[in-house]
Amino acid sequence: MSSAFHERVVENLAKAQVRGNFRRAMDGLMQHRLDQFPDTAELEHLRDEAFAIRAQALSQLPDLLEQLEQRCTDNGIQVHWAETTEEGNQIVLDIMQRHAATSMIKGKSMVSEEMGMNQFLEAHGVECLESDLGEFIIQLAGERPSHIVAPAIHKSRQEVARLFNEKFPDIPYTENIEELTQAARKILRERFYAAPVGISGVNFAVAETGTLCLVENEGNGRMCTSVPPVHIAVTGIEKVVAQLSDIPPLLSILTRSATGQPITTYFNMITAPRRAGEKDGPREVHLVLLDNGRSRIYSDPELLATLRCIRCGACINHCPVYVRIGGHSYGTVYPGPIGSILEPQRSGLDKLGELPQASTLCGACGEVCPVRIPLPRLINRLRYEAVRKDAGTVKGAGSQRKPAEAVLWRGWSWAASHGGLYRLAGQVATRLRRLLPSRLGPWTQVRHAPKIASKTLHERLKELGVDDK
Amino acid sequence: MNKRVYFFGTCLLDVIYPDAGVSAVQLLQREGRTVVYPQTQTCCGQPAWNSGYREEALRVARAQIGLFPEPIPIVVPSGSCAGMMKTHYPELFSGQPDEAQALAIADRVFELTEFLVDQLQVVLRDLGEPITVAVHTSCSARREMGVADRIETLLGQLHNVTRVEQAHKTECCGFGGTFAIKQPEISAAMVADKTAALRETGADRFITQDAGCLMNIGGALDYQAAALTGQHIAEFLWQRTEPEA
Ligand code: SF4
Repeated sequence: MSSAFHERVVENLAKAQVRGNFRRAMDGLMQHRLDQFPDTAELEHLRDEAFAIRAQALSQLPDLLEQLEQRCTDNGIQVHWAETTEEGNQIVLDIMQRHAATSMIKGKSMVSEEMGMNQFLEAHGVECLESDLGEFIIQLAGERPSHIVAPAIHKSRQEVARLFNEKFPDIPYTENIEELTQAARKILRERFYAAPVGISGVNFAVAETGTLCLVENEGNGRMCTSVPPVHIAVTGIEKVVAQLSDIPPLLSILTRSATGQPITTYFNMITAPRRAGEKDGPREVHLVLLDNGRSRIYSDPELLATLRCIRCGACINHCPVYVRIGGHSYGTVYPGPIGSILEPQRSGLDKLGELPQASTLCGACGEVCPVRIPLPRLINRLRYEAVRKDAGTVKGAGSQRKPAEAVLWRGWSWAASHGGLYRLAGQVATRLRRLLPSRLGPWTQVRHAPKIASKTLHERLKELGVDDK
Repeated sequence: MNKRVYFFGTCLLDVIYPDAGVSAVQLLQREGRTVVYPQTQTCCGQPAWNSGYREEALRVARAQIGLFPEPIPIVVPSGSCAGMMKTHYPELFSGQPDEAQALAIADRVFELTEFLVDQLQVVLRDLGEPITVAVHTSCSARREMGVADRIETLLGQLHNVTRVEQAHKTECCGFGGTFAIKQPEISAAMVADKTAALRETGADRFITQDAGCLMNIGGALDYQAAALTGQHIAEFLWQRTEPEA
């Protein structure tokens, strides 16, 4: 069994330094989150509230999207619909070409990662620059994000210092985070003023007012959305919420769950391009609403919960698998538990059917999810979809069904549903225990095989006179 | 007449840790319960359920739910099997003709430490020598059943038992049923960290309420030839509190 996923896992598990980086970073994020919720009752109440807001929004999704489009248009924001990432990219390119723009500067946006926007635009001669510090770092390194909130989390301070030194030899070598940040800020600042187009993501889109909300810490998001003459926001269709009053609870639980901050340094609410008489702000604002498989997820009453996600990353931070294999092992845009349910639904279980297997179902993700997405249950559901016999709703359903495995389960099921026979088989196993193999494939590479007892519990309790009924 | 309880022993205890099963039954009996152990019980169906083989899981689960007709508690010495019966049977049987029966079963399921503490309010008297233990609570006992503190409550009653805490205590040990076979390298990395954290505490023994964790962590410690060994909570409690044990 050597898949690309498996190969990446083996490779990344062997990187002690990177594993240490992940462990330290995730420990920190978990602790910061914990510190934000000293009052469990308040946390659970807020989770209920956030769940209700998101569930309610999804239940009215088509109407809210229509309302959002109407309000945005009224406000002067131009709305575009993209069913696929190709369409989304083309829309962005068209806008840029209308303005004869050959470069853009971008704030952090996972949807743009999903679209492969940089790669697409660069292939069309557009220079792309990431302005979020983490994204800037991985762009310099030629990598992809390893985490949805902290894209360069797999890198240590020293690695970043060496990277900066290599790319900007004029800047004196430093491992001081503050100095590195300042250096990046200086480089970026000039670029903000030169860029004809700024691109951003959206954390929440408010249907009631046509407002695009953007959560960030560095101020680069504000620069991207206010300095260049054209601003293009890209987001998934699920990000819409009904009304402005939904924002405070969502924002509160988002930042506290994500980085353990009571509030981020910047919170931007964008409602219109520059109005007559205003001195700053972009002259044009565009909103690209991307489907890319979301409608399909939406059509399944259980899997629909996937779309409640507010991309806080808490499930990732708490995942014992993620912390060991790291974000790049998944080979997808979104890693960790949320990635393991979202990505196979989008790309198909035939391509990513292994991801739902990369979980012990320990429940740590579901326990912290601020919008109560039952991640373990959805992972279990996708495992079912992957091996089911009949046609399922999920793309690639049934593709992971292996005849040999199916036969094993059928045999097991038959034996374990015939109690008398099963009891006998247990007894036989205990009598033959010395003949049973002491090496059990991968299990015994790091463990001893479990020792079969000399008598089964069935026998022991019978001998002790424990009633059968 | 003594109050009656059903005992669902689980497939792992049946052939690998029957001593723990016997101890659990004896603990219940000592508290004045008449224990009923239907001899045709097998497995809760969890292995197939977690592997996506729902039909196969349903068939096995269906063979179990008929075995507990009296409206009395069903005690299960494992967080994950109890979790399967309590939280997943309702999903597994959803829309099936015997759904009501499955729901009734789910309602009566108790994990062993939960039952000892909440239902029996056991009072334990420690007769053992001083010992230092580390507790590994299974993820299902912790997050599915929400009973992580019961095992601590029970051990807290034993005055000669000192509890120490391993780093990343609440983190999974990497067993995950078929996960250990399907993702052996990740599982190995997890159990390596878990055993290192447990060994670091200097505990004499680690105690858990799930046979899966015991098999995984215990098997790895054994492989490492560590002095530290594991034990199921039922067996540990019985040995320390029973003069004859
Ligand atoms: S699934 Fe939940 S915990 Fe994970 S990123 Fe989304 S909102 Fe956060």
